[in-house]
Formats: sequence, C-alpha cells, structure tokens
Amino acid sequence: MTAAEKHIGWSREEMAARVAQDIPDGSYVNLGIGIPELVARFVPEGRELIYHTENGLLNMGPSPKPGEGDPELINAGKRQVTAKPGASYFHQSDSFAMIRGGHLDLCVLGALQVSQAGDLANWSLGGPDDIPAVGGAMDLVAGVKSIFVITQHCTKDGAPKLVESCTYPLTGVRVVNRVYTDLAVIAVTPGGFQLVDLAPGVDFETVQERTGARLLPIRETTSNA
Amino acid sequence: MIDKTRANVAEAVQEVFDGATLMIGGFGEAGSPIELIHALIDHGASDLTVISNNCGSGEVGLAALLKAGRVSKMICSFPRTANSTVFPDLYRSGRTTLELVPQGTLAERIRAGGAGIAAFYTPTAAGTPLAEGKETRRFHDREYLLEYGLTADFTLIKAKLADTRGNLIYNKTARNFAPIMAMAGKLTIVQAAEIVAPGKIDPETIITPEIFVDRVTHVPNPAHESELVAAGATYP
Repeated sequence: MTAAEKHIGWSREEMAARVAQDIPDGSYVNLGIGIPELVARFVPEGRELIYHTENGLLNMGPSPKPGEGDPELINAGKRQVTAKPGASYFHQSDSFAMIRGGHLDLCVLGALQVSQAGDLANWSLGGPDDIPAVGGAMDLVAGVKSIFVITQHCTKDGAPKLVESCTYPLTGVRVVNRVYTDLAVIAVTPGGFQLVDLAPGVDFETVQERTGARLLPIRETTSNA
Repeated sequence: MIDKTRANVAEAVQEVFDGATLMIGGFGEAGSPIELIHALIDHGASDLTVISNNCGSGEVGLAALLKAGRVSKMICSFPRTANSTVFPDLYRSGRTTLELVPQGTLAERIRAGGAGIAAFYTPTAAGTPLAEGKETRRFHDREYLLEYGLTADFTLIKAKLADTRGNLIYNKTARNFAPIMAMAGKLTIVQAAEIVAPGKIDPETIITPEIFVDRVTHVPNPAHESELVAAGATYP
C-alpha cells in the first residue's frame, strides 16, 4: 500500500459519526469497548440515545470530571463513567435479560472478521497460548435486535476483514446487519455483502478489491438491511 | 433476635473448607469483596473452585488468592486484564483450569442455581466453539444450548449497607453479580460498609432480602482494587 492510498477513506472519528447518523432517536444502545465507544460523541443534535452497559447500568453518561468518579461506577470496559438523570442500576441477570430478551435496539461492536452470511468473529484469535476471554459479546450478538460492526476494512497487513467465511473462532452465526469501515458502509443481505455508502474518494472497485467476498453494488433505493 | 453479624472478616470466612466452590462478586473492581478475599488467604483454604466474572488485577484481591495457589479451577467470562499476569501464568502452566462461560450465560446459570432451576436453553454461543460438547435443541427454528444452573458452597460479596439480619443495598454498578450469587450460595458471606438495626432500611429499597444472606461483617472503608494496584500493593 502506498502512502497516498493510506489516506483514502474515513478516519476513526468519521466512521463513528457515520454510524451515529444511522441510529434512530430514542434507541436503546450498547456500545462495545474501543472504537464503538466513539459513536456516542457524534450523535446528531436533537437525537437522544439511551446507553446500556452490560455490567448493570442504563442511561450511562460520559466519563466523570477528574476527581469526581467512583471506582464502583464503571462501564463494561471497566472505566469510570457517570449516571445520567433517569439512570438505573441492576444485577447481571436483569442486564442480560435486557440483552438476550431483545429489549435493546442496537449494539455496535468491533470485529476481527465478518462473513458474507453475517457471522462475526471478534473474541479470540484462537492461538494455543491465548487466554480465552469472551465477556458479554456472545450474548449481545445473540439477543440485540440490530448488530452494527465498526472496523477498519482490512487488517494492518492488508488482509480483508470482510470474508466469505470466518477463519477465527465465531462469536455468533448470522448476526451482523451492517458493517461500517474506513472505506464504506456495507449491509449484510440474503444475497451477501451489499454496498450502502462509499467514503469520499472511494469507488466500488476499490472496496471490492479489498473485500474477501463478492460485493453487490449500491441499489438505487437502498433500504435498511 | 436473629443476628448474622460476625466480629471481623476472619470470623466471617472461617467455615470455608478445602475443595469448596465459591462464588465471588464483582465486575472488575466494582463489587469485589477484597477484605473477605484477603481474610480467605489468611484462613488458608485451598483447592478452591472460584466462580467470578474476572480474575482480578495486580496482585491483590482475587488475583492474590490465585497467586497464593489456592484456586484449582476458575469459572469466569473474562479472565484477562491489562495489568495482571497472575491468571495467565497459572493457566499456561496448567495449575489452574478454566471454564470459560459467556457473561450472560454465567449470570443466568447462577440465577438458575439460586432459583432451583436445574438447566435452561439459551441462544447465546450457539454455533461457536463454546458450544462444543453441549446438548442443543431447536425452538422456533433457532438453535439453543442447554446450560446448567450453578450453585456454590460459599458466596463472598460486598454491600454498601446491610442490617444485622442481612438485608442488603449495593453501591451503583458494584451490584453486578451480588444479588444472584447471594441466592446461589449455600452460605452467603457479606462485607458491608455500614450495618444498621433491622427496620432502619426502607423495605421498598432492599435489593437482596435477608433470606439469601448468612453472615455479615463490617468493613467500613473497603479498599479499591485500582488504588491498591496503582500503589503497587500485594497481599499478603
């Protein structure tokens, strides 16, 4: 990859903003650790999202001001957060009833790989010496109504993360609805990956070239997947 | 009058025996009953099976119990932490085994165990490596896994406020696993930052009713794991 090519597409912040644009007002949302957390910073004016964190808080707010945090008010990433007006605390069984029971509208997660059928791999590289750790990822993809993935289109080595079938251990089968990358927005449809939107300066051929499965072109009237 | 209080953490954990299964509350440092865990290290019980969401951080609390070689098996959802090699070292050397359970399945297994439910079907983890060897069944054209309820000989949890009968209130997200672990432990041991007389807690606000609690001990200013780790503390 040349230096010029490195700069095409959306930045992490622009990817997060692109995700935020697609989340309806009033949605109950769980944001995964890392890039997904950035989404909260880009919610359009006039829209209110209600944030759930699986360790037991609804109406989670941003990080506290220095010195005002409580080590026992944290998010799933174990970082200190705040509770907004209207917040509630609950135990783990209730929290995962919200998740598994289909009460949350949307979850935004990172990915190692997404398959054209919507399978997600995001919890383990599967190495023999790795310490396996899964947390709530498998519950979230099994139960939340819509699963959005936010990820770089390719790995640091240039390998596609959108593939025909995942080679890493699965988090869930046929669970992903949409993928937001630095190059494009792609829906998972019964026909496979379908382009929804392109980053400025990026064309269909570029995205197809960097995708490990067939990509369907943008439809004239793209409906929500 | 019923009084479940014990004079100190050492008395509160004295019944724990070698080979016991323990549930230990906490998600990260929130809700981790560090003082009870340290008392358990002093007490000396070994060959323990521990059910807890994580494996502690640094070399205090749950990580210290692991480091002391007292835990032969961990049942948890997320044993990795950025600042601790205690569990990874034990796991790689084969001294502590791991049963990895998705967090929501872990919670529901604990709830089920405490509620007299032997097993249940969940869609979580169907089709993944964590489904290997598990009984599956299709309902409404979707695959579910059979998961079994969990119980424990002892449960160790932390509360913000208790009365002497064991009615409990927690602090913010420190509630996490405590209410369901209190239900699933045969002997539930609580460290509480404040203990009051029965009737002093509004019944409408009680989160865990006394029937699930057996021992209560006063730990007025519980340590925060992150502060101990930042200070380089170890235990013992």
